[in-house]
Amino acid sequence: MSKQTIKIAAVVLCLVALAVIVPRGNSFVVLLVTRALAFAILAMSLDILLGFTGLASLGQAAYFGVAAYLTAILANRYGFGLHWDFWLMVPLGMLTGAALAAIFGLFAIRATGTYFLMITLALGQCVWGLAYRWNSMTGGDNGITMKGGRPQFGLDLTNDVTFFYLVFAFFAATLAALYVLVRSPFGKSLLGIRERELRMKILGYNVWLHKYVAFIIAGAFGGLSGVLWAHTNGIITPETVVLTTSVDALLMVVLGGAGTLVGAAIGSAIVFGLREFGSTLVPWWQYVLGAVYVLTILYLPMGLMGVPERLRQWRATQKKRTTKNLASVPS
Amino acid sequence: MTSILRKRLAPVLMGTALAAGLAMAAPAGAEELRIGYLAPLTGGLAQTGIDMRDGFQLYLDEHGGKLGGMDVKFIIEDEQGKGDVAVIKAKKLVLQDKVHMFIGGVLASTGYALAPVSTETKTMYIPSIPAADDLTQRQLKDFPYLIRTSWSSSQPHHPLGQWACDQGYKKITTIAADYAFGYEVVGGFQKTFEDCGGKIIQKIWPPLGTKDFGPFIPTIKADVDAVLSLMVGPMPAQFIKQMRGAGFKKPILGGGTSYDEFVLPFMGDEAIGDVSALHYSAALDTPKNIAFVKAYRAKFGKVPSYYSENNYTTAQWLDEALKKAGGKFPGPEELIKIMVSIKLDAVRGPVSFDDMRNPIQNIYIKKVEKKKMFGYEKDELWNTVIKTYPNVSQFWTYGKEKFLAQPVYNKDFPPCKFCE
Amino acid sequence: MNTQFWVVQAFNGVSYGALLFLIGSGLSLIFGVMRIVNLSHGSYFMLGGYVALSVIWTTGSWVLSIPVAALTIAAVGLVMERLFLRPEGRAKVVRDAVIAVGIALLIQLAVGRILPPLLPGAIGNFIQVTLVVIVFAIPIYFALRRVSAVAIEADMLRQVLMTVGFAFLFQQAALDIWGGNNFDIQPPSALTQSLVIGGIYLPLYRVFMIVTAAVIGLVLWLAMEKTRMGAAVRATVDDAQMARGVGIDTNRISMFIFALGAGMAALGGVIGGAFLGVYPGLDFEMLPLAFAVVIIGGMGSLGGAAIGALAVGLADNFGKALFPELAYFTLYAPMVLILAIKPTGLFGRD
Repeated sequence: MSKQTIKIAAVVLCLVALAVIVPRGNSFVVLLVTRALAFAILAMSLDILLGFTGLASLGQAAYFGVAAYLTAILANRYGFGLHWDFWLMVPLGMLTGAALAAIFGLFAIRATGTYFLMITLALGQCVWGLAYRWNSMTGGDNGITMKGGRPQFGLDLTNDVTFFYLVFAFFAATLAALYVLVRSPFGKSLLGIRERELRMKILGYNVWLHKYVAFIIAGAFGGLSGVLWAHTNGIITPETVVLTTSVDALLMVVLGGAGTLVGAAIGSAIVFGLREFGSTLVPWWQYVLGAVYVLTILYLPMGLMGVPERLRQWRATQKKRTTKNLASVPS
Repeated sequence: MTSILRKRLAPVLMGTALAAGLAMAAPAGAEELRIGYLAPLTGGLAQTGIDMRDGFQLYLDEHGGKLGGMDVKFIIEDEQGKGDVAVIKAKKLVLQDKVHMFIGGVLASTGYALAPVSTETKTMYIPSIPAADDLTQRQLKDFPYLIRTSWSSSQPHHPLGQWACDQGYKKITTIAADYAFGYEVVGGFQKTFEDCGGKIIQKIWPPLGTKDFGPFIPTIKADVDAVLSLMVGPMPAQFIKQMRGAGFKKPILGGGTSYDEFVLPFMGDEAIGDVSALHYSAALDTPKNIAFVKAYRAKFGKVPSYYSENNYTTAQWLDEALKKAGGKFPGPEELIKIMVSIKLDAVRGPVSFDDMRNPIQNIYIKKVEKKKMFGYEKDELWNTVIKTYPNVSQFWTYGKEKFLAQPVYNKDFPPCKFCE
Repeated sequence: MNTQFWVVQAFNGVSYGALLFLIGSGLSLIFGVMRIVNLSHGSYFMLGGYVALSVIWTTGSWVLSIPVAALTIAAVGLVMERLFLRPEGRAKVVRDAVIAVGIALLIQLAVGRILPPLLPGAIGNFIQVTLVVIVFAIPIYFALRRVSAVAIEADMLRQVLMTVGFAFLFQQAALDIWGGNNFDIQPPSALTQSLVIGGIYLPLYRVFMIVTAAVIGLVLWLAMEKTRMGAAVRATVDDAQMARGVGIDTNRISMFIFALGAGMAALGGVIGGAFLGVYPGLDFEMLPLAFAVVIIGGMGSLGGAAIGALAVGLADNFGKALFPELAYFTLYAPMVLILAIKPTGLFGRD
């Protein structure tokens, strides 16, 4: 067995375990995990940009939010997406996310580093501004409560466990799709761009186009996440597209380990656990959240997924040190 | 390989342990009353949430932690001022803590998000603050387990419109936060004011959260007799200051939250003389209220706001209802039925329910004055009651059928007939 | 809409821009010198307001509150910069110790929920808390020393997230210290009057904001252009490596600029406190506006920050007055356009 096969097997095993165990937990756990999974899709989409292309976006919530608003508006006004047409809503949400990313990308991709960060922040704020102020469409600060409940099409998604399985399926599919993507030649060239942009340029790669396509793909999966989020939540408010949502997504990726996909999901689970489970335990959970940010940045350079690697390094240096010490003992 | 497997499995194992732990934390004993309480304790609305909690807690403390003879397990959850978090916390309370009822939320949107949870889980829900009109009007039929102990947004503002008309104001400009609560407040005011012969000649909608009113104040027409404002949170103090600074000398009226005791202590003297309406004033000169203000202030170091009073009264109402139910929880439908039948002598005055499960209560027209009250030493701003409209229902004098036939107040209803 | 309307609106926009200059210029300088995108800059603004309130409550002096708040928050910024953003040598030891104590405090809070007070009285309680903290802090400290933190100086994203973490910590701390009420700062009554010119009311406080920003901007500009220190700062903004090469202590400069930026934001918080109020959530409300200023003007440029602040103040004001439903969109969309044409902002350099 190659190392890669083992890794895949381990992830699959975890997923199966998740699918088996979670529905047996109490319903609150089911809800929490569902939320974390729906959001994890967004985090993974961001990982495509951050971990595999080297683009730190501060506006990923935009695609997520626009798709979520679209889902809610179509459902409330036209009853669209609440039955079989849910399966139309999903690609529609992804298309919307992709289309928005296609527009935003035209502005953003030229910029690099901090300037990319800034312009994505500005684009994200544009979307937030519209969500917050365009009352007649978005309900302003009050947001939109989904009146029709979750879709029903043979499957009754109002049942939290059924809905968990649906979100879980989308999550697993996204993970698989993105995994295939990053292993493809296209994904390899993205990695190349992340590592050595100039060299890729000299080698004749159209760097801009590669980034642009990655940006659009990330937007599409952000859109998917938004559609699921709308139904997970039942209520969409400007909070969905606020700056901290984008920042949270970034943290999740870095916390889990950028460039690992699975890491983004783990990060999502931890942050949601903190915000929503931690806050039921202690009133000062925000300190813990802040501490997680600071500690992750300082002590987990490769995120949680990088811990074994870091341990290995550490052991190696320890060994070196001991041997050195031994060597220096006069014989 | 094993190390990789171990690492990948660890989160799952932890998850399992967590799930098992939660499952074991099942409630025990049938005699206790489990109340889930949703209030924002972090973020921008934190102090509102603390006022709410303190109000409820004060009643519990004064009554030995019991309501209707039942031991109360009071479980507080931080809803963070976000509707979606409130929903998941409510579900946690219902599914995990097996609460008999959940109470709270602040924003109207949170009320709308929580009400379906109560229907879905067949659990009683008391929106002790969310004031969205339709919760107990056009949408009540969808929420059989909901009963509101506080107010509906337009309820105090119907009488305020009448009062303004009685003062002889003919032309009024409204300037209100641009969201549903603002529409309902302005709508209620406009309805009665215009029915009485007044004219709303201009409606200005600054975004929710505006503190710099620079863009809006210059657009106010010069020939108005008064201005009606509806501000929330940090907005009111800045609004008044900037209005007066810009040379506006005519009367300023306010929707309830523009001057309630939550914001009043932090306002400057510019606010003196302004008039607002609400179903509670901390300056109510009744023995019950004086006792309440003193107890609350002694314990929490601040004058109670309507957020505190409404939750204190909610606890009192539950206490009476559970006493009547014989000291046990009779099920949500039954308890609601009992509650509806109880007329209460509350801190804010006599309260009872209409048949849409919203209180019928006194509405107080209040004027901001600087004076000493209740034996406190310092001169402070108080909302002196200058007129009481007794037993006001959410339908004002229009009657339920006629009132419900019109749409819920919104940005375009009532239409601004006299706007130029 | 007559001339008066336009004059008053323009005046209002400029005065709002003056406030934005105070918070934006510091952010811009910090970025220029250190290439740090500081997301806790809004927190400095808010904390400045809170500290000023405390000073006013205890001494009753508004005038005193301005320098105290600015200096206090400058010190907070300094500590953050020295220990967390640019730690060198012994600072790393102190940082690890601070973190260890911080974690231990959190553990103590958690333990305190289970553990009953074992020692009587307030002093007993204090001793118990201290003991628990020490017991946990020591092993954590040694663990952290062994793990050895990562250098984040070169990693823009890590710095961003680090400052976000601090923003959350500051937010909760402010809530715990000052509570969540919507406070307002009352300036001296001389400043609450209005000038009346040709029937137009010009609130003196807005005039005061414009004057303050102008004076501070001028002083900063002179300092940048005419002093040795200023020249060193400019050299660092242009090319830090080169500056180091010619013997400029860029390390000291970045420390100084970070403290200055934090202090200016806090100053903005005090002055803005009488105009916007001081309340939880102010931090994340101001942050995007500060960024708008910096993005439009270009990072690292004082003149750019001034132009950016004016542009944002006016765009926000006229946007709200003329197109209320699109208010924030009219603010951020031009920003995107500017960035699309000139990614470094109007006056920024690469």
